Amino acid sequence: MLIRRKAELTYADVTPKSVYFNRRQILRAMGIAGAAVAGGKILSSLAFPAQHVLATSKLTGLAKSPFSTTEKLTSYDDVTHYNNFYEFGTDKGDPAKKSQNFRTSPWSVSVEGEVAKPRKFTMDEILKLAPLEERIYRHRCVERWSIVVPWIGFSFSTLAKLVEPTSKAQYVAFQTLYDPSQMPEAKYGGIDFPYVEGLRLDEAMHPLTLLCVGMYGETLPNQDGAPVRMVVPWKYGYKSIKSLVKIRFQQKEPPTTWNRYSSDEYGFYSNVNPKVDHPRWSQASERRLGDIFRRDTLMFNGYGDQVASLYNGMDLKQYH
Amino acid sequence: MRALLFSKWAKACVFVLCLVPFLALVERALHGRLGANPVEFLQHATGDWTLRFLVFTLSITPLRKLLHLPELIRFRRMFGLFAFFYVCLHFFTYIGPDQSFHLAGMWQDVAKRRFITVGFLGFVLLIPLALTSTAGWIRRLGGKRWQALHRAVYVSAVCGVIHYYWLVKSDVRKPLFYGALVVILLLWRLGDWLIKRGKQAPVPVAAARVS
Repeated sequence: MLIRRKAELTYADVTPKSVYFNRRQILRAMGIAGAAVAGGKILSSLAFPAQHVLATSKLTGLAKSPFSTTEKLTSYDDVTHYNNFYEFGTDKGDPAKKSQNFRTSPWSVSVEGEVAKPRKFTMDEILKLAPLEERIYRHRCVERWSIVVPWIGFSFSTLAKLVEPTSKAQYVAFQTLYDPSQMPEAKYGGIDFPYVEGLRLDEAMHPLTLLCVGMYGETLPNQDGAPVRMVVPWKYGYKSIKSLVKIRFQQKEPPTTWNRYSSDEYGFYSNVNPKVDHPRWSQASERRLGDIFRRDTLMFNGYGDQVASLYNGMDLKQYH
Repeated sequence: MRALLFSKWAKACVFVLCLVPFLALVERALHGRLGANPVEFLQHATGDWTLRFLVFTLSITPLRKLLHLPELIRFRRMFGLFAFFYVCLHFFTYIGPDQSFHLAGMWQDVAKRRFITVGFLGFVLLIPLALTSTAGWIRRLGGKRWQALHRAVYVSAVCGVIHYYWLVKSDVRKPLFYGALVVILLLWRLGDWLIKRGKQAPVPVAAARVS
């Protein structure tokens, strides 16, 4: 199914981060020089938010993926400074500010439940499970904004096959790390922690479902779910669980965080669907970060050709 | 303090202060510092400032009485009009970038989404208040009727808080904060009204005894 090609140009080759940050520093230096000339500018250059140093490292040898979209990438700055990660605060800017000391090493992911070979994977093991691919996916938040991100990882099914799910495994439950000492803001989030998510087994095994370890040519920044997360591009963003510590194969549909918070607003499936509105707002359109006006939202976030067959015969309004 | 409030410069200074949030937004926009989602940034900022100015407006009457500073009345209309100014900006960020200036789409949204309905109601209620905020209109309507009309600001403030509460996903701290302020300010009025009524009630009895 996957067409493997030799790594060609990836995001990291196009825009080395050193250049990117240099450019910012130059711009900032210009701002400061300008302030020396025009005193009035001092305030505005002081107000420039300092770029957070992201403790990421480069990932190389990335294969391209036929699943990638050719749409324009959202800027790295936007994807790292506009996040929902309630463990680090509910404001979009909070995760970038408050996750910088989050310890992501050592890290391991425990895989358990209805599997023949339950085991723990260390981060090093995960990185070596399969060749890393760059997959440029659309990502649509339930709040009606969207981004295009060059994620890095491999199909979740690669890991799943290693632990050999038994015939009883119908669903997969996922869990984010919850450490209140590192996540003091979590208690104001209004939702229960640890954050949990779930997929039906066939959804989890779909080749689009990505076990993600990086983006933009590098390992994941903390605010984007370091060190390892899921990316399920045809579902609303909150299904793509961050900072994953536990994966459990099971017979029953697992509880999911936002569904538990408000089941009529956030369904278990949460497939992107412009025809099924959130009770409080329409899902027919979205704003791509970087745009002013809205664009139409696509069924299954534009991945209908690949995933629509998973839901044949299902009432997608009832199973929203 | 009193002299300061009376001075002719006080009003001009407060006016400029009220414009600062707007100027700050313009400055941010010019320097591209509205974040990853500039439209949302403007919507949230103008919505926040609308609620703040409604709270300022509603604070004037209690503060006049509690601080014995009746002169504060000089600022009430200005605060109210600034609430209207910020809610207009808020409305334009919605009808423009959100609805692409399609009135039909807006009406659908207003009819269907309770959070839009209640926000829209709060906005519409402020329009007649802004229009009749002049001395001429007070005279034309008569003090009593004008005052009754302008009590609509209580409803508008409550609508604004509910609008905010229904917007957020799960962290309701900020909407509850504004809600608490509005409730306190309205409860104070209720208390004030009850005390006044209590004081007035014996009057007819006493009058009857004299006659």
